[in-house]
This record gives sequence, C-alpha cells and structure tokens, in this order.
Amino acid sequence: MRKVKFMILSGADIIVRTLIEQGCETVFGYPGGQIINVYDSLYKYSGEIKHVLAAHEQGAAHAADGYARATGKVGVVIATSGPGATNLVTGIATAQLDSVPVVAITGNVPTYQIGTDSFQEIDITGVTLPITKQNYCVGSVEELADTIREAFKIASSGRPGPVLVDVPKDVQIAKCEYEPMPPVQPYEKSAAKDIRIKEAAECINACERPFIYYGGGVVSSEAQDELFALAELIDAPIGCSMMGISGVPTDHPRFLGMQGMHGHFASSMAMHSADCIISLGVRFNDRVTGNRAKFATKAKIVHIDVDGSELSKTVNAAHGLRADVKLTLQKLLPLINKVERPEWQKKITELRAEEENYLDNREGLTPRAAILTLNKHLGENTPVATDVGQHQMWSAQNLNFKKSRRFVSSGGLGTMGFGLGAAIGAQVGTKEHAVLVTGDGSFGMCLNELATAVSYNIPVVILLMNNGVLGMVRQWQTLFFDKHYSNTVLDRKTDFVKLAEAFGAKGEAVSSVEALDEALGRAFKENGPYVIDCKIDKDEFVLPMLPPGGSMDDIIVKVGE
Amino acid sequence: MRMNRYTVAVLVQNKFGVLNRVTSMFRRRRFNIDALTVSETESPDYSRITVIFDGDSASKKQLVEQLYKLPEVCSIKELDNENSVSSELLLIKMENSAETREEIRSAADAFDAKIVDYTREAVMMQVTGDSRRIDDFINLMRDYKILEICRTGIVSLERGNKTIREELN
Repeated sequence: MRKVKFMILSGADIIVRTLIEQGCETVFGYPGGQIINVYDSLYKYSGEIKHVLAAHEQGAAHAADGYARATGKVGVVIATSGPGATNLVTGIATAQLDSVPVVAITGNVPTYQIGTDSFQEIDITGVTLPITKQNYCVGSVEELADTIREAFKIASSGRPGPVLVDVPKDVQIAKCEYEPMPPVQPYEKSAAKDIRIKEAAECINACERPFIYYGGGVVSSEAQDELFALAELIDAPIGCSMMGISGVPTDHPRFLGMQGMHGHFASSMAMHSADCIISLGVRFNDRVTGNRAKFATKAKIVHIDVDGSELSKTVNAAHGLRADVKLTLQKLLPLINKVERPEWQKKITELRAEEENYLDNREGLTPRAAILTLNKHLGENTPVATDVGQHQMWSAQNLNFKKSRRFVSSGGLGTMGFGLGAAIGAQVGTKEHAVLVTGDGSFGMCLNELATAVSYNIPVVILLMNNGVLGMVRQWQTLFFDKHYSNTVLDRKTDFVKLAEAFGAKGEAVSSVEALDEALGRAFKENGPYVIDCKIDKDEFVLPMLPPGGSMDDIIVKVGE
Repeated sequence: MRMNRYTVAVLVQNKFGVLNRVTSMFRRRRFNIDALTVSETESPDYSRITVIFDGDSASKKQLVEQLYKLPEVCSIKELDNENSVSSELLLIKMENSAETREEIRSAADAFDAKIVDYTREAVMMQVTGDSRRIDDFINLMRDYKILEICRTGIVSLERGNKTIREELN
C-alpha cells in the first residue's frame, strides 16, 4: 500500500511542489508584487527546480515555448499580475498558433480586490481567452494543485497548446493539505475508425501520383517511422509545412522540402501535380494553399489530424480522419498495396533537376551561402531557432537537419522577436549549443534577452543577417507596391558588435563567406552568446515566391534577370 | 452553398465563465448565431446551451468541431424538426385601447395566448410554441401598438428516451 503523505503548505509552495511533481526541471519568468510568494517558494525549493530570469516577460514566454518545442515537454513561464501578465500575451499566442504545450502561471491581486481596478490588476483570463487552449483563475487554495495538474494534462494532450493559470495573491498565501501525485499523462490517443481507415486506404491504393504532406502533428505524434513506411509502400515523395521542418531528415531521399509561399519548387510543384495528397498532422493555411480555388485541383485529399476542426476547414478533404496520426497510420499500413511508380518518380526527378536551375549559386556572401556555411558547423542535435522574415525563409529552405524538434520557428503567428528567447529555451532544454538565425529587424525587437544569455552562460550562436532593411516587407514593396519603401529602410546606426560587448557578450562583423566560416568556428567555442553581424545586401529576395492569393501558375522563381 | 437553420444542443460543465468561452469562440470565428439559450439541467454539474445557427453544412460542421475543442463542452447533439421538439416562449405587451381590445383578444384566443397582466393602459400576453408560430403572432400584433416584446430563444429536446447525456463517456 502506498503511504499517503499529507503536508500543510501555502498556495505558493503548492504551485512550486506541483511543478516539481509534474517533472518540471526549469521554469522561465520574471518576479513582481503579486507573484512574490511563488518566488519565495522557488527560493526555498531552488535545489529541485531551476528558474531562469528573463529580461522581459515576453522573452520568458518565448523561452518556455522554445524549451517545449525542442524537448517535447511542457514549458513553464511565471509572471506577475498586470503588465507582467500582458507581456506574456504575444508569447502565449505564438504557442497557441503553433500548438506548443506551455503552462503560464500568473499572479493576480487578492480575490477581494478583483474587479476594483487595483494596482497592477488585469483580467488576464479574459485577455487570453481566445489565445489559450484553456485558462483558469483559481478561486481557492484547495483547487490549486489539481488545476495545475489539469493545465499540464490539457497542454500536452491531443493537439497541444498553451494553458494559463491565474492565481490571486490570497490563494498563494492560504494553506491547505498537499499530497504529491505522479505526473499526469495526456488523454489516451486513438486511431480513426476502421471503416474510415479502409476508405482512406482504398483512395490511396487507387491513386497514381501520391504526395505525402506532413506538419507539426507528425512531430508531436512521433509518427516518422510510419510516415516513411507509407512513403516506401506507395513510392511517394514527401513535403511538409514550415512546422514540419526537421521532422524528417532534410537529406532523406524522398524529402522534397517545404510547401507554401516560399516553399521548395520541387515540393510545391509535386504537390500541385499529385492526384492524392496524404496530409498528416498538418493544416492547409493560406500561406500553403495560396488561392484556395486553384489549389491542387487534381488531387483527392486524405487528411489525418487529431484536431477534427482542421478537417475540411479551408480545403475539402475526400477523407477526413480525426485521430492520432501514428496510431492511424499503424492501422492503415497493412491495407496499402506496395507499388512502384516509375513515371511519377521520373516527374519528381525532373522537378528536382529544374529546381537546381533556380538555386542561388552566386559567389559571395549571399543569404543562401550564409546558411550553407552555417550548416557545416551544425551538430546533428543542434537546435536552430529563427526570428521572422526573410532570414527565416532562407533558413527554412536551406538548413540541414538530422533530428526531429531541432528547427524552432514561429510559423502560425509569425512573431518577430521570438527567436532569442526561444533559442535560450531550446538550449536550456537540450543542453546543446544553440543557434539563432535572425535579422536586424527581428533582433531589434527582443535583443534584451542577450542579458539573460550572458547571465546564465547560455551558449547561443547568433547569426544576424543584417541588411539594414525590413527585408520581407521590402520584398513585397518591390514586387507589389512600386518600390515605395515606406518605413522599411531601417538605416539605424546600431553597432551590433559593440552592443553585444555592452551586454557582456562577444561579437564580430563579417562580410565574406570565409570570415563567416571562421567566425562560426570561434562562436561555437564560446560558453555564452556570440553575435555574428553578417552583412547581407538589402535587395536580396526570398525565392521562389507564390504571390499572396496566387496559384502555382503564378510562382516567381527568378527576379530581375 | 445552401444556407440552413440548425439547432445544436450543447451540454457543458456548469462552471463560471463557460458561456463566455462559448460565445467568445462564436465571435472570433464569425459564426452567425441567431439565438442562444442557457439553462440548468437535471444535474447540477451541467448546463445546457441551445444554439440556433444559420449557415451551410460545412460551417455547421466547423461549429460543432470548434465546440468540441472547448474543454468544458461535454457533449453535443444536433437536433432537427423530425427528431426533436422545440419550443419558445414570448412575452408581448400591447397598448390596451377600447378600439383594439376585442381584436387583440380574438387573435390571442386563436393562438392560445395567455393574458398574464392586464391594466387600463396595457395588456401582456404569453405565447409558447415553435418559432414560426411566435413570429406569426408578432406579425399579427404589428397591426396594433406593440409596447415591448421579449422572447426566450428556442429550447429543444430530442424525442423518445434518448438524451444528450448518453453521448458522455
């Protein structure tokens, strides 16, 4: 018989003890008046749980997110009431749009002051209602431990997402019995119904040009082995959404790359030519489909996703299966006929050959050359975070990954400023030397987290692709707004090397591939952040490009030649 | 796309703020809700929300799927005219004048309207039935002077011995 061990603890102690009980080793956050009791408990239990103090709550939220993406565990962020809580909002929304399991714990004013506009009071459960998977304002200390357990369960079950637990100060102070519990398990996963699987199998067996399109759901369901088995059986190429990058090894012979507005040419064209798109743990976002009326008109779509609301949300699926991808594929595979498709493979080979012509092979420090140089320095476990913009797309197109969960990037929300916090979280979670690829625009948003990386000796190589402009918006202005460069020419006077030094980090500027290569060598030896200010021309483009609302007929592969 | 009227019954946990979660989702996903009622159920653990919604079948499916994603939603049942009984209650307050008194009275008789308040200046009637019947009665009353009306929105239950709670695991 298990010996039940009751303790009388304060709410603040219960929060920290419950986090420890749930297997949480590191949390990210920032203290304040209405969360001070929890910080006192973190002090008391500092031997069992580590707290990383960020420079800003947004950075802490992105760090919890990056930690979760890189490890698959629930990331935890703690903040105080009012501005502390509202500063989490962008981070929580980023996690929501990319289905990342994060638990945010906020303090609030005492229950008897709620609703009186007291100092640093904000209705954070109201504010975060549309951007969380679930949220709570805890009414009494007796509910506290179970609410946090439920938050972990909901965050990590099904399609993961962020959960916020708001704890008024009097609930942190009040005491009650606490009994440690084992870590919660996600809700049980299930495969689709046999009849639905059989219908999907018939559709797949009848097709001639299958294409496997996967996303983040394959990563969270860990369905890679089944995905490869299916691809072998039906002789299909594989493509992914941006959230799928690093989900399968980049050099896998069947992998054609990313779909979408800046997707790989062969991957996009192959999906466009397919007569059956087997979509696994992925959604059909507007950045992937372009003009929905013209999207993959020849194809029947077999869609497996754990979130039923994604089935036929934007494009109609012939077969929509609400289920866990891995378990469903395990039941599907025995029903699939083994075939070889020399004609389809010939077409794929041709597309790959055509793609070669569009690759940027110019001499000098081009964006692609910078990323290819970075590739030489990446270990197979190196997590690479990005910010948002041109550098993100160059990274998504050209980075090489061997292991799952190593590309950490804000896909759905497209949050500039995400990268540095996320890289810190990914480093803390994996203990690997991390990389951030960023741009001067994005980096400027949340570079305060350099202080965090310096304070904790967090090794992050920061490849700053510095073109002096907001390149992605500028690219649109060049193509669609008659070169009206409205507010995209930064022309800042920031010296990023001196900036790094001012924070206590090292840095250097490079303007050639050779210098970048050497700088990266030094950067990976540094036990802390290292900023490489990499000068890039302001008129570089991200190509190919599918114009917004366009179809594959409108794809732009080269500009200005 | 064919527009239809759908009735969706939703069993939710009887907790603070659940209605807000449901309506917030409707708002941010632009679902066109015509009527919504919330009521207690046979169990204090649950509330029942009845949603009347206009849209095509794809948006109805999306509405149901999005509802399922809310952790407080316990079960959902689509109800149609064949498999369910729907009813609504109307309170209508009319000006009470010597010229119109008799006509209003005979209309009320035809609709089985119950007079629930009667003063020299005003008469209040209560009508129950399906929405169509209530619409008809209001239209009839537009010939006279309506002071104010209030209707509950539809409540709906499946016929026979099946219940929404059977959907619970």
